[in-house]
Amino acid sequence: MAQLPENLLRRAAEARAKAEGIPVEEALAEMKGEAPPAGADAAAPSAGAPAPVAASGGPVRDLDAESSKFGVPRPLLDRGMRARARKDGTAVPAMAGAAVAASPAAGKAAPAAPAAPGGPPPAAGPPPGVRTQRLLTVVKAGAIQGTTKEPQDKVNVWPHLLAIEFVALLAMLALLTLMSAFIDAPLLEFANFNQQPNPSKAPWYFLGLQELLAYFDPQVAGVLLPTFGMIALMFIPYVDRNPSVRPSDRKLAFSIFTVFFMAASILTIFGSFFRGPGFNFVFPWRDGIFFDDLKTLLE
Amino acid sequence: MADGNGKGGVLTAVKGMGTHLRNSQVWNSIFRPGSPARADSTDSPRNRAYVVMNNVLYHLHPVKVKRHGLKVSYVLCLGGLSFFLFIILTVTGIFLMFYYRPTSPAAYFDLQALATDVAFGQLVRNMHRWGAHLMVITVFLHMTRVFYHGAYKPPREFNWVVGIILLLLTLLLSFTGYLLPWDQLALWAVTVGSNMGAYAPVFGEQVSFILVGGVQITADTLLRFYVLHVLFLPFVIVIFMAVHFWRVRKDGGISGPL
Ligand code: HEM
Repeated sequence: MAQLPENLLRRAAEARAKAEGIPVEEALAEMKGEAPPAGADAAAPSAGAPAPVAASGGPVRDLDAESSKFGVPRPLLDRGMRARARKDGTAVPAMAGAAVAASPAAGKAAPAAPAAPGGPPPAAGPPPGVRTQRLLTVVKAGAIQGTTKEPQDKVNVWPHLLAIEFVALLAMLALLTLMSAFIDAPLLEFANFNQQPNPSKAPWYFLGLQELLAYFDPQVAGVLLPTFGMIALMFIPYVDRNPSVRPSDRKLAFSIFTVFFMAASILTIFGSFFRGPGFNFVFPWRDGIFFDDLKTLLE
Repeated sequence: MADGNGKGGVLTAVKGMGTHLRNSQVWNSIFRPGSPARADSTDSPRNRAYVVMNNVLYHLHPVKVKRHGLKVSYVLCLGGLSFFLFIILTVTGIFLMFYYRPTSPAAYFDLQALATDVAFGQLVRNMHRWGAHLMVITVFLHMTRVFYHGAYKPPREFNWVVGIILLLLTLLLSFTGYLLPWDQLALWAVTVGSNMGAYAPVFGEQVSFILVGGVQITADTLLRFYVLHVLFLPFVIVIFMAVHFWRVRKDGGISGPL
């Protein structure tokens, strides 16, 4: 059995003693696998008794003793033993004491060998109506997960965080409703395959890319750059090995990201507002805005 | 009646009914212990914990968060708002589905009718459209704030990757929805957009062919984009969102302060 801390063992022994009505010392000794203290009346066969040797020379088990020692019901022990023997292809171990009377070969239908007269009495279970509990295992702190967390300043999600979230949600809903009340979504003329509007623009979040098309070969602007961009984004955490999150330690990362962020924003704004018919350059204040997403607002 | 007792009596009666309702088995079966909606609820640290723990909310939030996580200036609520917009889009989108047929020319005229024949039809359509634009913006800004906080650093690397997938899915949702009004704006914006994809080396043309359902956009594309937009992509994005939220919690909650 695993090494149990003394206090846990003691507590378990007390509980067991209470359930079985035996002195605490005896339960404790039994759990430790020691001989019961002198004078204690042995209700169950002592675990310290020497194991009898079977005539065959094979392993010998005294199920009654084990049953009371480990607190596992005897039929279960017996079943487990047979199952293991079957799995390993070995003979069922001989039984100590009276249990030997049950021949292993004939024992397939007899889960618990009847106690022969004169043998030790079957392990006394708890009195009827009493439920006992066993301590299966004790996981020592730190065995699975380190628990060296420093105490943190924490607050309850309810009401503090949920209140903030609720306000944010209402604010967003208000913004969206107001916007929708005053600006209608555009619905232009019916789709016409024979009449391409000039200019034809992609949805605005792709206009940065469309803007790039004005400078580069379509293979580069339309495919290579976005694909590369997405892959580069995904790899950021694996490329950036700097463990610090302090802005002052991350000047390079900040600069690179900011450059790309600004570039994407500028290209998108440029494609949206500074491109007119033929996707040629226009000044929005002089030549008008060619951005149909906001057509209803601009009219 | 004239002495004013009538009003008080009605109030008391309503109050009594309220108390009765809040003590009923039905009520208590809906609101689990700790919920402020229960009549027996008191404000205690234990009940504050139960509000979250005894509730479906526990799937999204822990009982407690680090104090700095409360600062609106830290997360700017951007992730949460992206999610909220997604929910609004789902609700308004379902409304639109009652009035929209993904065929040519019905699609276009259904949207026209929506503006004139359906109560709040135009408003809901507006909310769906502006909400979609806003969501692209909030998701993008959310990514930016995560970057500047270094919140993608271990152990959160993978959640960043999940995030990029969410960004892609958000763009795809928006793009597939763009075609559905079946007007000139929809047709040609999507044409320009999908032409870009067709330049991709090796599989570009095949991918574009599958997405569009042919060498160029036709009425069949409408149905294809519709199914992607209302069924396939929402389904996939919900799965990735679940993973995303789960990882936020398993990775130790919101990242630390700078
Ligand atoms: C549909 C899109 C998305 C939704 C609904 C969403 C939602 C959320 C939410 C609610 C949080 C909690 C903290 C916060 O509100 O900031 C969060 C955190 C996070 N998100 Fe997203 N997100 C989305 C897209 C993205 C994208 C595009 C990225 C990055 C590429 C990303 C990366 C992260 C990371 C790394 C965290 C952890 C941050 C931290 O611990 O401080 N997410 N997300």
